[in-house]
Formats: sequence, structure tokens, C-alpha cells
Amino acid sequence: MELSITLMLALLLVPLTVAIALPFFNSSPNLREAVTLFGSIVLLICAAMLYQTIDFDNPPQLILAIPLPNYPILFSPDPLGIMFSLLVSTLWPITSLYAIGYMRQHKELNQTRFYCFFALSIAVTQAIALSGNMLTLFIFYEMLTLATFPLVTHAGSKQAKQAGRLYLGILMGTSIMFLLLATIWSANIAGTLAFQADGIFPADTDPFLLNILLLLFVFGTAKAALMPFHRWLPAAMVAPVPVSALLHAVAVVKAGVFTLLKVVIYLFGIDNISLLPAADFLAYLAGFTIVAASLIALKQDNIKARLAYSTIGQLSYIILGAMLATSSSIMGSSMHIVTHAFGKITLFFCAGAILLATHKTRVSELNGIGKQIPITLCCFTLAALSTIGLPPFAGMWSKWWLVQGTIESGQLILTASLLISSLLNLIYLLEIPLRAFFFQQSTTPLTFKEPLSPHLLAIGTTTLLCLLLFLKPDVLYHLINLIDKGL
Amino acid sequence: MSVVDHLPILIIIIPLIAAPLCVLFDSAKVSWLLALAACIFSFIGSIKLLNTITASGPISYSLGGWQPPWGIEYRLDLLSIILLLLLTSIASLVVLFARYSVEQEISKNRIVPFYATLLLAIAGLSGICISGDVFNLFVFLEISSIASYTLISLGKDRRALNAAFKYLVMGTIGATFILIGIGFLYMQTGTLNMQDLSERLPSLYDNRTIRAGFAFLTVGICLKLALFPLHLWLPNAYAYAPSVVSAFLAATATKVAVYMLLRFLLTVFDFNFSLNTMPLDVILIALGSVAIVSSSLVAIFQVNLKRLLAYSSIAQLGYISLSIGLASKLGIASAIIHLFNHALMKGALFLALGAMIYKVGGAELKHCQGMLKRMPLTSLAIIIGGLSLIGIPGTAGFISKWYMINASLEAGLWPLALLILFGSLLAIIYVWKMVEAITLQPSTSTATAPLTRDEAPLTMLVPIWALVIANIYYGINTELTVSLAQRAANILVGGY
Amino acid sequence: MSNIAGLFNYWVVIFLMMAGFFVVISQGNLVKKIIGLSLFQASAFILYISIGHVSGGEVPIYVEGSNLYSNPLPHVLILTAIVVSVSTTAVGLAIIIRIKETYNTVEEDEIQIIDNRKDDEDEPVEEEHPAEQKEDQS
Repeated sequence: MELSITLMLALLLVPLTVAIALPFFNSSPNLREAVTLFGSIVLLICAAMLYQTIDFDNPPQLILAIPLPNYPILFSPDPLGIMFSLLVSTLWPITSLYAIGYMRQHKELNQTRFYCFFALSIAVTQAIALSGNMLTLFIFYEMLTLATFPLVTHAGSKQAKQAGRLYLGILMGTSIMFLLLATIWSANIAGTLAFQADGIFPADTDPFLLNILLLLFVFGTAKAALMPFHRWLPAAMVAPVPVSALLHAVAVVKAGVFTLLKVVIYLFGIDNISLLPAADFLAYLAGFTIVAASLIALKQDNIKARLAYSTIGQLSYIILGAMLATSSSIMGSSMHIVTHAFGKITLFFCAGAILLATHKTRVSELNGIGKQIPITLCCFTLAALSTIGLPPFAGMWSKWWLVQGTIESGQLILTASLLISSLLNLIYLLEIPLRAFFFQQSTTPLTFKEPLSPHLLAIGTTTLLCLLLFLKPDVLYHLINLIDKGL
Repeated sequence: MSVVDHLPILIIIIPLIAAPLCVLFDSAKVSWLLALAACIFSFIGSIKLLNTITASGPISYSLGGWQPPWGIEYRLDLLSIILLLLLTSIASLVVLFARYSVEQEISKNRIVPFYATLLLAIAGLSGICISGDVFNLFVFLEISSIASYTLISLGKDRRALNAAFKYLVMGTIGATFILIGIGFLYMQTGTLNMQDLSERLPSLYDNRTIRAGFAFLTVGICLKLALFPLHLWLPNAYAYAPSVVSAFLAATATKVAVYMLLRFLLTVFDFNFSLNTMPLDVILIALGSVAIVSSSLVAIFQVNLKRLLAYSSIAQLGYISLSIGLASKLGIASAIIHLFNHALMKGALFLALGAMIYKVGGAELKHCQGMLKRMPLTSLAIIIGGLSLIGIPGTAGFISKWYMINASLEAGLWPLALLILFGSLLAIIYVWKMVEAITLQPSTSTATAPLTRDEAPLTMLVPIWALVIANIYYGINTELTVSLAQRAANILVGGY
Repeated sequence: MSNIAGLFNYWVVIFLMMAGFFVVISQGNLVKKIIGLSLFQASAFILYISIGHVSGGEVPIYVEGSNLYSNPLPHVLILTAIVVSVSTTAVGLAIIIRIKETYNTVEEDEIQIIDNRKDDEDEPVEEEHPAEQKEDQS
């Protein structure tokens, strides 16, 4: 128990310490990068150790403060939280490696500020993962918006400022108007905000009220990018590629769907959710978002924008699973958090690598660059296959469970939407390697231009992990099963 | 009899005596030291009184040994001491800040009278908090008000004069209304002592004179409180006054007016009469709601940052009025919590703007460019203060919002909860305007000063950061504020 | 009878109060505003003093054989209030003097015009940097 608590504290403090220490290394970039890498590896070790040593039947409780009577700032992870924490811890060192290569080659300014707020965002995401009650989760959810804001507006350009305003406006607006209201209201009704297996609402709560609360919770979690509150995601693509990759394909958006899953499983209870008509409405809204986002992605020429809309669609897969609230769909959603993360981060890494090597940002310009950067595009293809949901990649398992969930709950329209979107994913994702390898460049032929660099290493690692997760999903399955057991 | 027994009167007398002493010594430095000493003495005295009151209940002190209800009584209960603590701590911090700030903003020959007047204002406001006699309260009210008019008129911008004059006219009308109200109460009961009034009034609640007195009192106090639509004096007064004065008044004067309202509504009259029989609950909720929305909207369009914060203050006072209007124990408690937290927020923000004025020369949006590099600590203080205004978790503002929303939900008025949250959204817009100006604007190449670090002096940074840290501290460890507020609310609301 | 003629002191109070209030609101000259304010406050004083009178009571100085005295307390209270009123008037007039020195007028509307003109004069300073102006507006 003691060890678990120490490890939890470490998970929170290590990235925070890195963030505080980095400004002191401003003058020596190599040392600064070393600190980041070292910190991220320590974090990964701590997360792995926590996973090994934690006892889910008797979870450790860490209370930092009690701002409101009965509602402490409590950290008490469940399997879902540990999974999220492991995910972020695994991807931080890899992204740091990528960022080192990318930021230097791209000659970005203000790099210390970048790494600083990056580490801070990781710390806050860990706090979200380890939250033991809704108040703690809400507090760090808000802080994540603030911590990532300087990263989104890193470029400092007019466009970045506009994007920042939209980002902040949508995320903070929805979280204050809806999520905070839902949190306080739930506290008022239930008397507690601690995550519990059967939900916190007393059995005699007015179901109309529960419906309203569910709507408030879901629309308040705009980080999950459910339409119509999805506009911030494409806008945030103005950030540098490492930011888009880790934060907007992994940390921020996954924090959003993680919040939703926690709310559904531990605040409402999955048995109660399936009784609410609001959940059906939201499931259909998610289904609509999936198809609409995929259609919009088809029309996007900018690579990052296309990937952004792909992310929106993929997130709605998870929301769909959460709203259907059957055992399979919840397992599928939880799994999708991880599998999509690996796939998407690879795709974003590749987009950045394409930008570095060829200075191209548009899909229509990519004809024939396969000759220049074959390895990058191979990895892109493999990651795309994972995102589409084809074997032998991790993405297939989570899609499988989700489709199973829709069939189980009899919502065949949603099954159709899942399958249609897979088809659309295939088209808009595979267009890129198709153009790169099979179309000809009209101008002079290009030579192989892919030296071994940190960011290439990073891309390779994540692609490998996509494959690995399919072949040996032990850790993932273990956690998923624990989540299922707890339901 | 020891010093401790006479603390209630000493807390008022010491600043009062220090004022003419300042003029006697006629040196800026000595005045500053005297003022600082007086404020710190009052602060320590308040802490001592807090301990006594939390341990053994309200303190009653008879002025000159004349027993109430014929003599003037000073009565300190939990609400009084909360406000007194707030007042004296902010006064101390503001006086500490004032050292360099007034050198720049007030003409040399007026600095000594400035400190004297400030001390008079502090004495007056303390007197309001301590007094247990309604007429004595009126006298202290006028002392503090006249001192405020003078202080505001000392501002560098010549529009301060007109602002002070307008405030004088409106404030005097308000105070005279209070006087008339007291007159009506005296007419029917024959006593001026608050405790005595609270015993004699219940049988007279149907009396038209008493009701008229209640109305006059409420309107007069609401004018001092800057409740919409009686708020017209506040924006200009805060915008053009010297920074020290803006900070001090924003953090204390209106809060003491809320204290007066609570004292009259809940101690002199009782909870049931004020908020249920008389339609004050509906009126406060309605006017508070309009204040929140309209003032926040106007704040969004301001270019002068001090005016922006002034309109924000009016909105925040709308929140407090709304909470009082909810007519429940939780409502009153949340009003007291927000009173305390808002004083911390606005104090920090106005002082930080004062530091900016000291170094940069103005507090408009155009002066903010490059602030983050030039004055990082001050900029950070403005950012954190702004986040607290919005109600970001981890700051005191969040705690106030939580309690106010809880109180609205408990009263079954969920549209009000939505309104409070909408007010936060509007706050995001105007706070972000400030934050963007400070952080993201590219520095103008035509600026005469290069972007070297030129932070404000230590005597300015310490008060600012003391308040900012208090903001964060009371956002996380709320034991003191919340428990005191709830206990005070319980006592005030009594058996209802 | 006791409703109208007997309550004449209240009628005086109301008249003075409304007259004073009207002067404050309607007059543009700052000195006249202060005069109106004094009128307004005077009405409150008369309210207090007039209620001090007890019918059939003696002047409140102790005289052998008298039991009923008029109430001296309102007089005392009003003395304090008059002092307050005098201080307020003094501060008001002091501010008016400074306004006169600064603006050279004590008419409210003229002061407003001078202030607005000053605001307009500040505008050209902004227009010297049109490029930044456009960027600021984004």
C-alpha cells in the first residue's frame, strides 16, 4: 500500500519536477533534452511499477487536500486509470525523442517553454488518470486546458492566437457551463463524488434529472470532441507536430473520453445508463459524428486536418461504446483508447516527418514521395491499417469489441455507421501512401532522403508497438478484464 | 484594565490618532511608517479578537463605561470579526504597497495628507464593523465615505475630480437615506442600540413607519454597495483614483457595505421579515442577476483595465447580492465566502495593476504589451488573479462559485445556477482580454524601453504576492473561511 | 385634523427633501448641486428634531416639579449629523475649487465636453501605428 501511494505521488511529481527544473537548463539544450528524456523514462518505470504492485481490490488512497467538506482531492486509481496512466507514460519518452528531432530540425523557437509546458501537461494528465473522485478529475481537467494552451499557441502567430481563443473558448466554456454544473448538481443529489462501481446516485433519483445530468456531463466534456463541440480539434492543429501528436491525439482527447468512461461506469453505473433515453440519443449523436467526421476528413487536403477529423471520428467510437454500456462495448471503448492512441500518434509523427523531409503539408502534393521517404510512409501505412481496424494490428481488437457491443444492444444502425466509417477511413487514410508510392511525381525524380534521426526512431517504435499490441496484448487484456470484472 | 480589554475601541482609535500625527510630523516617510504601524496594530488586534470570539462568543464593549442601551455599545460577533480581519489585513498590505506607488501618482505636497486621510478611512471602516449602535454606524460610515471622496480626488488623471464629486453626491444621498431610515426606526422604538432594536422591532413589523425605514435603509446601503442600478459612481471612481486607493476601496469599502446590509437585514431586523415578508429576496436576486450580466458585458468592451476591473467588481457584488437573496443559511454563508475571496482577488489585481502603472505609466491595454517579459512576477499575479475571477479550480474563486451554485440548487432555482456559470463565461472573455494583452501581444518595436526585466520594487511585490498566494491557499485549504462563514451565517439567520 | 395640519413638520420634511433632491439631479452647476445636497440633508435634520418634541413637555433642562421633558437625544444626534454634513459640503466645495482650477468651469456639461475632447485628442496617438492597430484588432 505504502509503495503504491509513493508511486502515485511519483507519477504526479516527476513530470512536475521536470517542468520546474527545465527553465534552469535553458542555456544548454542538450542537457535540457537529457532532463526531459530522463524524467520521462523514470515516469515510465514508476507507472510500470505501479501497475505491477497495485491491488485493485484494495486500492490506495492519496488525499492531497480537502477544499470542500466531503469532497477531497483524492487519487485512487482503478484499472481504467492505470491503463490511461501507462499509456501516457509509455508515449511521453517516445514523443520526447520525436520532439527532440523535430523541434531541432524545424528550428523552432522557445523550445524550453515548449518542453516545460509539455511536462506540465503530462503531470496534469497523470493526475486525471489517477483521480479518485469527480471533483479531482474536474480540477485537473480544467488545468489541462490551461497547461496545453501555451503549447497550442506556441507559434505566436495571428492564426495561433485565433486557434488558442477557439480552443480555450470551447473547452472552458463547455466545462464551466455544463461539466461544472453537472458535477455540483450530482454532488448535491448524491452527497458524494467518489467513483463507485454501481454509480453514486440513489436509486430513487428522478430519471428525468439523470437524463439531464448525462447530457450535461457529455456536452461538458468537449475534450471528447463530440459534435457540435468538436471545432477546437482542427483549430488546435496549428500547434507543432509533437503537440498535436501527444496531446491532441493522446493526452487531451483521451482525457476527454476517459472522463466520459469514468462518468458512465463509476458515477452513473452501466446498468443505469442503459435505461436512460439520453444515452441512446448520445449514442446516435456519436454515430452521426463518426460518419460526419469521416466524410469531412475525406475532403481535407491538409494532412494534419485530415488526421484531426479522423481523431474526432475515432473518439466517437469510444463515446458510442460508452453510451451503449454493454460489457463488450465498454471493453471495446477502453481498449480503443490505447489502440487508437498508438495508431494516431504514429500517423501524426509521420505527418511531421513528411513536413520535415519534403516541406509539404497537403495530401495533393504527396505524389511520388515514397521514393524519398519510404520508411516513414511504410510506418504510416501500417498505422493507418491499425486505425482502420485490420489485422494484424491492435486496432482490430477494439473495433471487434465495439461492433460486438452494437450488435448485442440491437442497435444495428450503429453497427452500420461503424462499418461505413471503417470504409471511409480506408479511403482517406490509404490515399496518402497510395499517392506516395504509386503515383508519379511530375517534376524531377527524387532520391532517398531518410537519414536515421531521433524522430524516425520514434516512429519506428510506435509502429512496432501497434503490431505488438495485436500479437501480445497481455497487459492490455489484463487491465480490460479487470475493468470488466469490476462492472 | 489591560490593552486587550479595550481592543475594540483601540482598533479604531489608533488609526484615528495616527492620522493627525502624520500631519504633525509632515514627512512622507514618517507618515508611511505611522500608517503601517497603525494598520499592523489593528491587524494583530483583530486576530486576538478572533480567537476570543471563536472561543467564547460575541464581545460587548461599552464606550466610556456607559451601559447599553443608553450608552454606545461596540459589539463584535463572528461576522464583524471576519470583516475586520479582512479590512485590517488588506489595509496593512495596501499601505506597504503605497510607499513607492504614491510617490508617482500623488503630487508631493499631498502625500502626507493622503496617508492621514487613508488612516481616517481605515478607522471609519473599522468603526462600521465594530459598532453596535446604528447612529454610531452612520457616523463612521460618513467618516469613511468623506475620506474616500478625498482619496479618490487625489488621482493623477483630472477626471478623478469629477468622479470624486459624483461619488460624493451619490454617496451623501445614500448616507442621508440611511439616516432617514434610522430616524424612522428611532421614532417608533426610541432606541439606537442594535440589540435593543432587534428585541423591540418584531412587535412593530406591521408598522408602516418601520417598513418605510426598512426601505430607506436598504436603498441607502445598496447605493454604497453599488448594487445595480445604483452603481454608476463606481467605475469612474475606481478607474481614476490612485492605484492604492482603487485597490483599497475595491477590496474593502463595498465589502463593508455588504456587512452593513447583512447586519441590518439579519441582526436588527430578522431573517424572516427582511427576506420573506418584505420582497427583498426577489429584488436582490433580480438586481443581482442584472448586475452580473450587464456589468460583465460592459467590462468586456473596456480598454482601461482599471475600469474593466471596476465593472467586474460590480458584477461580483451582483453575485453576492444574489446569494443573499436566496434567503437560506447556505446562501448567506456563500455570500460571506465570496465577499472574502473577492476581496483577495480584487486586491491582488488592483495592486498588480498599480505596479504596472508605477513601472509603465498607465493601465490601458496598449500599456500591457511585452509585460510578461518586462514584469514577469506582476504579470503572473494578474493571470492568477484573473483565473480566480473566472473560478478556475485551485483558486478561491472556484470555492465561492461552488457554494453559490450549491445554494442556488438547494433553493431549487437552477436557472440561477446557470446564470452564475454564464457570468463565469463572460468573465473568461474579459479576463482573457487582459491575459492576452499581457502575454501574447508582440512587443512594439517603437517602445522606448527595451524588453529588459524591470520588475516592481519589493515593497510592491510582497503585498501583491501575499494576496495571490492567499487566493490559492484559500482555494485549497478552505477550512478557515468556510467554517467561519457558515458559523456566522448560522448565528445571523438564527433559528430559521 | 391630525392627518394633515398636525403632521405639518413631515410635510416640510418631504418638501425640503424633494426640493433638494430635484436640485441635485436637475442642476448642472456643481455648486448648485452641493446646495441641493445641503437642502436634502437639512430635511433629514428637521425630521429628527421635530420628532423630539413631546407634547406638553418642558425644555429638557431639569426644573423642579416637572416630569415630562422633550427628548434631547435627537438634537444631539443631529448635531453630529450637521457636523458630518458640513464636512461633506466642505470636501465637496474643495473638490469644486480644484475642478475650477483644472477645467476652468463648474458646469457639468462643459466638463463632460472638455473630457470628451481630451479623449478624442488621444486618438491620433493610436493612429500613428496603423499596422499594429490592425493586428491588435484581430
